[in-house]
Amino acid sequence: MLYRESGQFSTSYLAEGRLFKLYQQRWGFYALLAFAFLAVPYLGNDYWFSAILIPFLVLSLAGLGLNLLTGYAGQISLGSAAFMAVGAFAAYNFQLRIDGMPLLLGFFFGGVTAALVGVVFGLPSLRIKGFYLLVSTLAAQFVVTWVLTQFGWFSNYNSSGVISAPPLVILGHDFSSPAGRYLLTLGVAAALFWFAHNIVHSELGRRWMAVRDMDTAAAVIGIPILQTKLLAFAISSFILGIAGALWAFAYLGTVEPHGFDLSRSFQILFIIIIGGMGSILGNFLGAAFIVLLPILLSNLSATFLAGVVDPGQLENLQKIIFGALIIFFLIKEPAGLARLWQAFRERSRIWPLRF
Amino acid sequence: MEFFLEVLIGGLLAGLMYSLVAIGFVLIYKASGVFNFAQGAMVLFAALTFVSLLERGVPFWGAFAVTLLSMLMLAWAIERMVLRPLVNRPPITLFMATLGLSYIIEGLAQTLWGAQVHGLDLGISDEPFEVAGLLLSQFDLFAAGTAGLLVLALSLLFNKTRVGISLRAVADDQLAALSIGIKLQKVWMIVWAVAGFVGLVAGLLWGARLGVQFSLSLIVLKALPVLIIGGFTSIGGAIVGGLIIGASEKLAEVYLGPVIGGGIENWFPYVLALLFLLVRPAGIFGERAIERV
Amino acid sequence: MAGAPLLELQHISLSFKGVKAVTDISFTVQQGEICALIGPNGAGKSSLLNVINGVYPPDEGMVGFNGNSYRKMQSHQAAVQGIARTFQNIALFKGMSVLDNVLTGRNLKVKSSWLEQTFHIGRAASDIAKQRQKAEEVIDFLRINQWRNSIVGTLPYGLQKRVELGRALASEPRLLLLDEPMAGMNSEEKAEMSGFILDTQRELGTTVVLIEHDIGVVMGLSDHVVVLDYGRKVGDGTPDEVRRNPEVIAAYLGTSH
Repeated sequence: MLYRESGQFSTSYLAEGRLFKLYQQRWGFYALLAFAFLAVPYLGNDYWFSAILIPFLVLSLAGLGLNLLTGYAGQISLGSAAFMAVGAFAAYNFQLRIDGMPLLLGFFFGGVTAALVGVVFGLPSLRIKGFYLLVSTLAAQFVVTWVLTQFGWFSNYNSSGVISAPPLVILGHDFSSPAGRYLLTLGVAAALFWFAHNIVHSELGRRWMAVRDMDTAAAVIGIPILQTKLLAFAISSFILGIAGALWAFAYLGTVEPHGFDLSRSFQILFIIIIGGMGSILGNFLGAAFIVLLPILLSNLSATFLAGVVDPGQLENLQKIIFGALIIFFLIKEPAGLARLWQAFRERSRIWPLRF
Repeated sequence: MEFFLEVLIGGLLAGLMYSLVAIGFVLIYKASGVFNFAQGAMVLFAALTFVSLLERGVPFWGAFAVTLLSMLMLAWAIERMVLRPLVNRPPITLFMATLGLSYIIEGLAQTLWGAQVHGLDLGISDEPFEVAGLLLSQFDLFAAGTAGLLVLALSLLFNKTRVGISLRAVADDQLAALSIGIKLQKVWMIVWAVAGFVGLVAGLLWGARLGVQFSLSLIVLKALPVLIIGGFTSIGGAIVGGLIIGASEKLAEVYLGPVIGGGIENWFPYVLALLFLLVRPAGIFGERAIERV
Repeated sequence: MAGAPLLELQHISLSFKGVKAVTDISFTVQQGEICALIGPNGAGKSSLLNVINGVYPPDEGMVGFNGNSYRKMQSHQAAVQGIARTFQNIALFKGMSVLDNVLTGRNLKVKSSWLEQTFHIGRAASDIAKQRQKAEEVIDFLRINQWRNSIVGTLPYGLQKRVELGRALASEPRLLLLDEPMAGMNSEEKAEMSGFILDTQRELGTTVVLIEHDIGVVMGLSDHVVVLDYGRKVGDGTPDEVRRNPEVIAAYLGTSH
């Protein structure tokens, strides 16, 4: 037994709703947070920050946004990248056009703008369901990239539609070093994950799942379907929007509308399929997988197949592996890596016993 | 007026090319309830295989036969490794599986045959010629004729053959079809193979038009609004949907484009399809099921 | 039983694509009674329930509830008015726990907004505790405590039926519509479920309209029986009256039992 849970009981309804009911888990989580905030900035190097940790955190956040909509509220979307684009370009313009706009407030307004756009493209969800809704989200994908490319105002008339990061300064502290950008991303991600965790464990989260599992029954017990769905679109897009702003400013530095194309939307969908739909933790696991697999593959081929496989072939191979993994997960573990982790935890509670 | 007609007819003919992709999709949706996002990848795979064989000196019909055979093998593999293990899963799961499938097929096609653009000459000139004072594309007419033949062949298959009848039975009611001894797996395999054949025809025409390259895989995105307008379950709907999308897309490009800016053909069909959905939530020819509770 | 009826159906007709499901049906349900709808399969019983709580709009007729008349009731409106129901084929939220399913039944009683709940401010704490307590009362009442945290989709059929009743009861309804609450149960489970329904009526004063095929159960449980056949009403009265009605015997009891 790695840890004991005997003698620990929830004594109030609120305590029962906690993220970690056992103090061992709670302390473990605090230790992890402290490690991520205090130790990693000193231990990591620039490669780790820029190529692994920052994209990992931003993609976790994007996965979270989509997971609220698809995994919790049951509305499938292929337009995630569009809402990221809206967030990025809106945050850029708020920063650019309003003097003295604080960085984080700009991110927030970027998220709010994405939420509004999300609501617009979520409106058809009242009339149309399931696959037909794909059309609405794909429309978002194509309309948004077109608008951002077509109208120069959004990129401040940059000839190729590229926007660049504003100075990453918060309260006089400069966050533009790799470690700083990592801390900025980590802070925003931690806050939004806390926000999302609270939502899915509240009445709204229950309503989302009710609409997901059976919307007719949800309507019959009095759940306002349209409002519930639109809130899912809004909050999902809000998080995706902020993820988009981080993607543009903390990860890439400069970005063009086509950086948020359909393949990015697919990537985010794959994160939640592999990580686990309807799971908060799954977003981290799925994002870690998506970020690490290509690196692992290219390292492996550099070691074992040096000169045999060219980069183009490697990319094709990677596609095949991703596709096969998606199908594998759907067949073998529809609840994704999060379920595997949960199973591992169950085992570790009673280890070395088997039952 | 003449110009308008030319644009309209050009659009209608181009729309039939979308219908070709949509038909493969409808077949699969009808028989197995799978929303097959990989239809575009199948088109790419077929066209790339065919053109690569041609370039290696295989004669036309030989290449056609080998490609068809490889589409059959693909259908067999898909039925075995994807559909069968996922039987009775929610439609959304199957849809996501086809996303994975499209990645595999695209990756496979390009691993086998490379990623460069191939030209494909079917021996039909793309010279416009004049009919009743209107300039029409010869190639478009050929493509339209092919689409017509294909629909004819499919309706014969569906209505006159044993396989077709069991196919319709499966589309109507899977359980009932099972209970009278129809082998679901066999029907699925056949449907995916037929969809592969449709993909090959579409791939040849599209490949001849655009060159055989990765972007062929993306025409599935063009087929989607067609399906929305025509309904997921009707081949006739796929044709009509294609005509509507093709015509309105071209008209919008010519008349609306100068006003709001170019490049609208990516999103215009989607917005149009969305408007259709708001009026008819199951498409023009789709049936709206009564929800039983 | 005196006073104004709680539910009054007036000349309800409903058809699907030209096929008549229900033709010109009128009856009333008094406050506090258990009313059974019986009739062969396809007689239109479920359709009628769907009309009462607004899942299907009727082609003709009015539904009177609690003194108000509705031409077309919306599902949401029906819930707000205090109509709760269960479904023939169980319409639970299968991916959620028993407790969460019961809690969704209380969604109309929730006072705090989602922002208050998310940030644990304002009315959230007292509201959450209140809803939870009510939900626990229902769970106690139906004796499903030990499955509180089980995912509903994994529970056996009979228990799911009970959870669905729990979700309906959690909304503290004035009118409870039960669509075959005992279908597929053995006699022991039926007795248990009958007990819950009777307790609901006696202890909580809830009016119940139920559909059931087991005539023995119906006669023992109900104050009032309405018999349907081919979408028409062929009998209406106390169990004894209905039992003696020759038309009912011909249409239903005499043939299939």
